[in-house]
Amino acid sequence: MSDLPFLRCENLQKWYGGVHALKDVTLEFGRGAEVVGLLGDNGAGKSTLIKILSGAHRPDTGRILIDGTPARIRSPRDSMNLGIETIYQYTAMAPQMSIARNIFIGREPMRFNWLGPLGLLDRKMMNRVALQALRDVDLHLRSADTPVEELSGGERQGVAIARAMHFRSKMLILDEPTNHLSLKETTKVLDYVSALRTQGVSSIFISHNLHHIYPIADRMIVMARGAVVAELNRGDLSIEEVARLIV
Amino acid sequence: MNQPTPGGAVTSPGGQRRRALTKRLLLLPEISGIVLLVLVTVGFAIVAPAFLSMRSVVNILNIMPELGLVALGTTILIIAGEFDLSVGSVFALVPMVMLWLVNLGVPPAAAMALSLMVGMAIGAANGYITLHFAIPSFITTLGMLFIARSLAVILSNLAPPAFPPGMPVDFLVARIDRVQVSVIWLLVICAIAAVILHRTKIGNWIYATGGAQQAARDMGINTRAVKLSCFAACSLLAGFAGMIQTFRMQAPMASAGDGIELQAIAGAVIGGTALTGGVGSVLGALLGTILLRVIDTGMTTSRVDANWFQLAIGVLTVLSVVVNVVIRGRAARMRA
Ligand SMILES: Nc1ncnc2c1ncn2[C@@H]1O[C@H](COP(=O)(O)OP(=O)(O)OP(=O)(O)O)[C@@H](O)[C@H]1O
Ligand SMILES: [Mg+2]
Repeated sequence: MSDLPFLRCENLQKWYGGVHALKDVTLEFGRGAEVVGLLGDNGAGKSTLIKILSGAHRPDTGRILIDGTPARIRSPRDSMNLGIETIYQYTAMAPQMSIARNIFIGREPMRFNWLGPLGLLDRKMMNRVALQALRDVDLHLRSADTPVEELSGGERQGVAIARAMHFRSKMLILDEPTNHLSLKETTKVLDYVSALRTQGVSSIFISHNLHHIYPIADRMIVMARGAVVAELNRGDLSIEEVARLIV
Repeated sequence: MNQPTPGGAVTSPGGQRRRALTKRLLLLPEISGIVLLVLVTVGFAIVAPAFLSMRSVVNILNIMPELGLVALGTTILIIAGEFDLSVGSVFALVPMVMLWLVNLGVPPAAAMALSLMVGMAIGAANGYITLHFAIPSFITTLGMLFIARSLAVILSNLAPPAFPPGMPVDFLVARIDRVQVSVIWLLVICAIAAVILHRTKIGNWIYATGGAQQAARDMGINTRAVKLSCFAACSLLAGFAGMIQTFRMQAPMASAGDGIELQAIAGAVIGGTALTGGVGSVLGALLGTILLRVIDTGMTTSRVDANWFQLAIGVLTVLSVVVNVVIRGRAARMRA
């Protein structure tokens, strides 16, 4: 186990106009591969925090360190390049595009790479790798050519997870990935996340459902009104006690 | 695996594959454009057999490129999730700028290049204002429609709109056995556009940007740059189309391209482009254009009063979308 966390954020603050969405948040993630559950009521600032970590938003103050060195995360691209993969709460897919194209948006495998944006897509490779990525998360679809809009909500989430798993390197952030999922599909997602640990990948898992988080989280962070109100290790408190902290 | 049908029989794997293929085909956004084109062509051929004559076909081809290029640009921009209402004005302004420069003594080739750059710059301005201030492109380009049209009129009054001799018109409007060279330009540009849209990285980004902008952005795509390029390309194509028309007529007209923006949108829609972005194709833009031109020519051949043309466009536009919805609805319920 290394003594430096993979990611450390210091004194993060974020205002949306007059709303103080993050208040001086300092946290560490990934001291060794771990699953961190991020909890908190609606509007607590969970999505805001992870959007900053994944480059979708910029903090007003504070800094982020990766492996102990200050990192510049100014765009989702920066975050991905640092090894952070995110599944967002609301937006994941372009519905009319095929599964394969969705999996590779922004990271298309190319032929004639020197042509830059005009390089040709390696469509054979996209389809082959996409199907493999789906199989890896136990999603067996006939073709990666199907438009995402023809999939069920759970299958769509599966594609988002397959994408993140395929490109994952250091850390995976999941913002309410179990929303709208059936019991069986939820179990699957939870299994993927726990399995990440054994592959040396850390994760931050946001959910309103304590029963999803409690069993798999090594640590839990509770937020309220933009601030961190509790950091717990596995077994510190019973599930009922944690539930009381959130309200 | 064989699956029992409701009738109790067992379908063969081949039958299933064929059904899946049919379903894919019916789900194509271009499907209603294809169906309507066939119907309209057959209809005209019955009413006026002369419609299928070589002369009439060549005639349709020769008037296609101008609208075709504008419809192509419009389609690309709509796929990216934005609109351009100013293409008709740019269509008039670009050749006007070109002739103005030539009359000032600029060599024709340089004047053409410069005026096309003006067209592109107008598109870039449309894009910049739209994206920077986050206003609907409908508004920005509506403003540009008036601005560019006004500039075209002012320029045409400034320099008497004469067509200077010695312009290299041949490379755009020479005829190869009655077919105008511009048809080849249209086909080549469409082929390039098709490769870019459907086979390249930037093409993938255009669909993603128009279909789900936030998702595209979250995946690290610079959606602004993508849209800006599409605005510029759309305007450039409109200017080039205007140049073709001016060369064909050998007379610049400040009123050229009036209303072509709406025909282009109609063409795009008939070809299956979704106004909500993320859906459309080069083939669709071509289909829509062909259909509009077929109706145009067909009505003349069958001696229908030209005033019915707009009515026909209107009916077709709505009909194509309705047909699409119905067919797609049916196909989606198909077992495959
Ligand atoms: N883009 C935005 N513009 C303005 N205010 C915002 C924006 N995004 C979030 N907020 C505000 O910031 C606060 C924190 O929101 P955030 O989305 O981070 O909460 P959350 O913990 O993810 O909540 P939920 O569990 O409902 O997803 C809320 O008060 C919210 O209204
Ligand atoms: Mg949230």
